[in-house]
Amino acid sequence: MTPRFTFPQAALALAIALFLLVFLLVPVATVLYVAFTNSDGSLTLAHLRSFFQLTLMREALYNSLYVGGMSVLASSVLALPLAYFTARFRFRGALLIQTLGVLPLIMPPFVGAAAMQLLFGRSGSLNLILGDWFGLNLPIMEGLNAVIFVEALHYFPFILLNLTVALNNIDSAMEESAQNLGASGLRLFRRIVFPLALPGYMAGAALVFLKVFDDVATPLVLNVTDILAAQAYYRITSIGIDDPIGYVASVIMVVASMAALAGSTWVMRGKDYATLQRGGSALATRRLGPWQGLFAYGWIALVLLLVLSPHIGLVLLSFSRLWSFTVIPESYTLANYAAVFRDSPFMLWNSLVYCGIAAVLDVAIGTAIAYLMQRTRLPGRRLLDLVASGAVAVPGIVLGIGYLRTFRGFNLPFTELPFVSFWLIIAFAFTVRRLPYALRSCVAALQQVHISMEEAAENLGASNRRTIFRIVVPLMAGGMLAGFVTSFLTAAVEISATLMLVSATSDAPASYGIYLYMQSIVGRGPGAALGVITVLLVGLGTYASHRIMRARSLRFETLQALK
Amino acid sequence: MAKVKIEFRDIALAFGKTKVLRDISLAIEPGEFFALLGPSGSGKSTLLRVIAGFARPQTGSVLLDGKDISAVPPWKRDIGMVFQNYALWPHMSVHANVAFGLEERRLPRAAIERKVAAALEMVGLAELAARRPSQLSGGQQQRVALARTIAIEPKVLLLDEPLSNLDAKLRVHMRAELLALQRKLGVTTIFVTHDQEEALSISDRVAVLDAGVIQQVGTPMELFDQPANRFIANFVGTINLYAGTLTAGADATLFESAELGTIALPGKPRAPGAAEIAFRPHVVALSAAGAPVEPDLVRLEGRVAAREFLGEFIRYTVRSGAADIVSDQAHFTGAPSFAPGEDVQLLIQPRQIRVLAR
Repeated sequence: MTPRFTFPQAALALAIALFLLVFLLVPVATVLYVAFTNSDGSLTLAHLRSFFQLTLMREALYNSLYVGGMSVLASSVLALPLAYFTARFRFRGALLIQTLGVLPLIMPPFVGAAAMQLLFGRSGSLNLILGDWFGLNLPIMEGLNAVIFVEALHYFPFILLNLTVALNNIDSAMEESAQNLGASGLRLFRRIVFPLALPGYMAGAALVFLKVFDDVATPLVLNVTDILAAQAYYRITSIGIDDPIGYVASVIMVVASMAALAGSTWVMRGKDYATLQRGGSALATRRLGPWQGLFAYGWIALVLLLVLSPHIGLVLLSFSRLWSFTVIPESYTLANYAAVFRDSPFMLWNSLVYCGIAAVLDVAIGTAIAYLMQRTRLPGRRLLDLVASGAVAVPGIVLGIGYLRTFRGFNLPFTELPFVSFWLIIAFAFTVRRLPYALRSCVAALQQVHISMEEAAENLGASNRRTIFRIVVPLMAGGMLAGFVTSFLTAAVEISATLMLVSATSDAPASYGIYLYMQSIVGRGPGAALGVITVLLVGLGTYASHRIMRARSLRFETLQALK
Repeated sequence: MAKVKIEFRDIALAFGKTKVLRDISLAIEPGEFFALLGPSGSGKSTLLRVIAGFARPQTGSVLLDGKDISAVPPWKRDIGMVFQNYALWPHMSVHANVAFGLEERRLPRAAIERKVAAALEMVGLAELAARRPSQLSGGQQQRVALARTIAIEPKVLLLDEPLSNLDAKLRVHMRAELLALQRKLGVTTIFVTHDQEEALSISDRVAVLDAGVIQQVGTPMELFDQPANRFIANFVGTINLYAGTLTAGADATLFESAELGTIALPGKPRAPGAAEIAFRPHVVALSAAGAPVEPDLVRLEGRVAAREFLGEFIRYTVRSGAADIVSDQAHFTGAPSFAPGEDVQLLIQPRQIRVLAR
């Protein structure tokens, strides 16, 4: 009988466990501990009570939940028709919708937020035009509306992409049998098609909620401070690292995130969808009728315009000398770019280094956990997976606060430098935050590798280690690359944990630089310029990796066809 | 339940350049249990989908009791279909699945409950109404799919490879149940299968399709005994088949072929010309070489090349001239058997030899 695991496997698992313990579990536990203990270490609910006694905090909690919920709703309104069009109709807009789906993802909401203010604000382009023509002024960018509008516009693709995949996986027989029994049209969609795609929708909706709940930079750029993430940030940065209210706010954020995740799984409880949807062809697509065509293209055009508006606004802003109370900037300049190239190229370099480290670590840890999960019977392997995936429910701001508190007092070995101001800690925060995504890619990639391929190699004389490096890793390479790219690109736009952890401007990554610039009116030009450069680089990276992965998957498909 | 007649008139259907159905004309009688049999890609499932309204033929029409339904959308046809993979909706309980079609028909709640109970009763699953489809075995899922379809009391029942996802034992059991159910309901039923044993064992009549064309329509016995062409002869059962020419001899018709040489076919004279002769393995009797022979039998000499023991019978391959003739000999305790290499003679009654036009 084969052993349950080998010594190197156990050592690897231990190393990963140690990393997760130090950089995820202990910091979160520290936050929890501080929130519920007195200074002498005794348990107390006093901090929790005083949190709820503060009107501002109660409002902040309510506002955060409201913004999260409304963002999910607004995202659904944007995404549902688009997903329905792609799944149901054969038309040229499908490619457009796909593009639409990625565009907002390459730019984090806080980058475009200032530009959105100039386009949709009280004295922004849209309202200037509406005011001239109809005497109207739409309060799109007022208070919480602004946050909901900007967040929904950036995060609706999570719902769109998940829902589209789910719709495409539905067997056409599911729909045909309903038609055969007398259902058609919208009723058919409501009773059969949408419920079957619900797992995909729920996954996307939960993700949108988490992202919005986690986001601290967008509200701050939009001058909204009465939400939980912003309050946690202010409490710690202005009142101090010892203020317990900031920790209570953090704990509540973690609880709400976990509740959102648990809620989305709870809705799907007891519904085993996978076993019944096998083989068969996808849903039948039809040609658009003239009215349907008008509506579909109209909706796509509207969404496209909205999706592009932060990008357009950002580009305009980056070239503007002065832009206020006009539909478009009055005069243009290259000075913003000059300022960025003079002052902050090192930030791009910092981003590259931090994200590079994070992505390499993520793929290494992700591959290792995937292997331990699927190929060994090491005790505790599921716990590793659970903890690593659980990072998704820890908001960046909470992780940042946890690091500050946990590592305070520690110095870098052989130096007087505090560990928390060491730049590597930012890279580790990125690693932990993006690990869940990389891990899923690696797990999926290893699932594609049939165990018989490894057994064949071992049968021909390759040792366990040789088999991993000659067979498993090359076959997983596509998924690992996908994991690397996702980690790298999403880390490049990370801001919540970064805000807490950057202690010297010289250590700041580009996302922090953009945020810093956006704080002042005069800084908006250069901030936009840095934003444009970052978005361009991220966009190019996404495109390049997409091309590489396409080429790879084509090669593997031919291999499959030859079998 | 009123029994309905189905007619196809000149149905032709192509996907792009691939012609899937060509000039299909066929009438299915009220209350008949009718099988569409053919290899995969023969167009049989497409023909079924034409009736249900999921495939649109380019030309031709489908008539129910003389009424053209070509323009009726699938959800208004009242034609029940059981899908190959059952297509049970995983987000609904068994009860909700069965009630679905009745709800779409806006029946009062009490009537729905009554009909759901009756349909589940009929397939023997009344106790499992609260379960979800994923909690059922393959055979139970199939019954739910059936109950869901018969609950709406369709004019026609369509079954797309209904038994293909079940294991061998269950398949034999379920096909008997299907037939019993159909007889009880009396509903005109068409079922698609690629399994000839399945088609022959339970259907009243069978249409065999190949390459989008109906090759032959008939009762199972007609197909087996009088195959219309080479395809049917090969597809339905096992057969020995040789091409050659027939000429009139002195007291018998002579068949000349490369494999068998010249053999005499006594009995009633057959029309001369190019032809194929075909005979089933079980009509070929074997006896030891040199044993006395009854007159008026076709007699060939050969040597046993291989034997397979199949339980009820032994299948011999006998080399005779350049032909490998298959012969099935019933097996029972004490029955004679022949070893490979043994010389034998093969004897066939002339009327068991079928002549196919070429």
